[in-house]
Amino acid sequence: MARKLNMRIWRGDSVDGALQDVQVEANEGEVVLDVIHRVQATQMGDLAVRWNCKAGKCGSCSMEINGKPRLACMTQVASYGEEETITVTPLRAFPVIKDLVTDVSFNYKKAMEIPAYAPPSDLKPGEARMQQVDVERSQEFRKCIECFLCQDTCHVIRDHEENKKSFAGPRFFIRIAELDMHPLDTLRNRKQTAQEEHGLGMCNITKCCTEVCPEHIRITDNAIIPMKERVVDVKYDPVRWLGSKIRKREGIV
Amino acid sequence: MSGVFSPSRAKIAVRTLRTDRWWLQPAITVAVLVSFIIYATIRAFEAKFYFAEPLISPFYSPCLTSACPTNGSLLGQPFGTIAIFGMVISPALFILIFPLGFRMTCYYYRKAYYRSFWQSPPACAVAEPHKTYTGETRAPLILQNGHRWFFFAGLIFNVLLSIDAVLAFRNAEGQWGHMSIGTLVLLTNATLLWLYSASCHTCRHTIGGRLKHFSQHPLRYKLWTWVSVLNHKHPTFAWISLFGVALTDVYVRAVSSGSISNLYFF
Ligand code: SF4
Ligand code: SF4
Ligand code: FES
Ligand code: FES
Repeated sequence: MARKLNMRIWRGDSVDGALQDVQVEANEGEVVLDVIHRVQATQMGDLAVRWNCKAGKCGSCSMEINGKPRLACMTQVASYGEEETITVTPLRAFPVIKDLVTDVSFNYKKAMEIPAYAPPSDLKPGEARMQQVDVERSQEFRKCIECFLCQDTCHVIRDHEENKKSFAGPRFFIRIAELDMHPLDTLRNRKQTAQEEHGLGMCNITKCCTEVCPEHIRITDNAIIPMKERVVDVKYDPVRWLGSKIRKREGIV
Repeated sequence: MSGVFSPSRAKIAVRTLRTDRWWLQPAITVAVLVSFIIYATIRAFEAKFYFAEPLISPFYSPCLTSACPTNGSLLGQPFGTIAIFGMVISPALFILIFPLGFRMTCYYYRKAYYRSFWQSPPACAVAEPHKTYTGETRAPLILQNGHRWFFFAGLIFNVLLSIDAVLAFRNAEGQWGHMSIGTLVLLTNATLLWLYSASCHTCRHTIGGRLKHFSQHPLRYKLWTWVSVLNHKHPTFAWISLFGVALTDVYVRAVSSGSISNLYFF
């Protein structure tokens, strides 16, 4: 059954912009991205919106719907009340380009700063062997679709532009955790650099990244807190530090 | 202008466009924690009604000063009587620092009070009121990294409070083989505290999380999977064990002050 839906859509660019009211038809079972497309087709031909898969897998349609960072293609119109106005804005942690499209290149820069997977140097292609129990933890983090909703919601950079230079963000903390827990990764200083270069200590584990992740990755519990504990092992725990000096290894077995 | 009002960001005048009651959760957290702190402070300074053979309040166990009846002092009374300016220091003050430090540095409570008391952030995608932010990188918050020491201290307290629960299988004359409502209260309290500790993130890390190769440590891996299940419920255990401690104290106080009598089953 079609119904009239009241929406407010943010329109503008990096200089100026405002919320604009529109009324649009919504059919049963539709998602917010569907009605945005209908607005684009019928009333705002030049409305900019980024999307690709419409299946929650490409991470392109990230925006804020009624103030919450969400994937527009995975947000049912029916999850809002009949009388409710649905407000959509671009991500508020990144520079806006036009309408609902933001410049998320910050995240690609941060991705490049994370040292890559470092397998043993004598390992030939096709020779890697791992036990399932050893890769399980890292596999959870491979579900990431790089929607950057976690990066958008993280108050460390959302509310403090100046922290962007020193903070990699939750998406890259799961990347660091993935590699540090990887059975074949040989890079030994991931814990120190997580703290000293990528800003792990800036995170105050308030869990907003976990709350918004569409892949339900338990970012804080399974990546950030375990990494914080690993950092304590090598930086703030005199007993383990001493142990690692005596045994000449990093305290991780 | 910084944060969501930075020049490059979409021009939106309000700090959040959320329409749900995002302020409710922080408000409840503040209300509950403040009530607990007020109650615990009053009780810590009250310095009486914490012992009623065979029950001792968790706020006062182990009672290390001679202010306590000797049969209520599990570890003896090494501190004797300590007075400052003629005021005898309540025995509770010697020990409350440990459970307090444990909970203050707990990863879950940190989330709870950073959000509710410090508003950093008050809720997800709601701009925080602070101009600058350095997280846990500087003093004093860098000390949060010492959570593991409080975790180990917490284990000692769990052992002592479990002994208190076992000792509660006696009657008021000290004979064994009895059981009262008070026994159940102390047992429940000790169980909840063990669940809180066992589900702790530091526990999860220590028991197996720090390993790189689970396959080489099958036993620790097994334990890690169990602790991980509990860890999922850590916030729940954090709250119910907090209520557990307070309600246990309420019960012991009621018995000790004579308002109710401790009903014996046998
Ligand atoms: S838990 Fe840490 S990384 Fe995640 S949103 Fe909060 S501050 Fe950012
Ligand atoms: S961790 Fe989750 S929220 Fe963050 S980018 Fe990946 S899928 Fe998106
Ligand atoms: S369009 Fe691909 S995730 Fe929404
Ligand atoms: S007690 Fe909560 S994380 Fe350790």
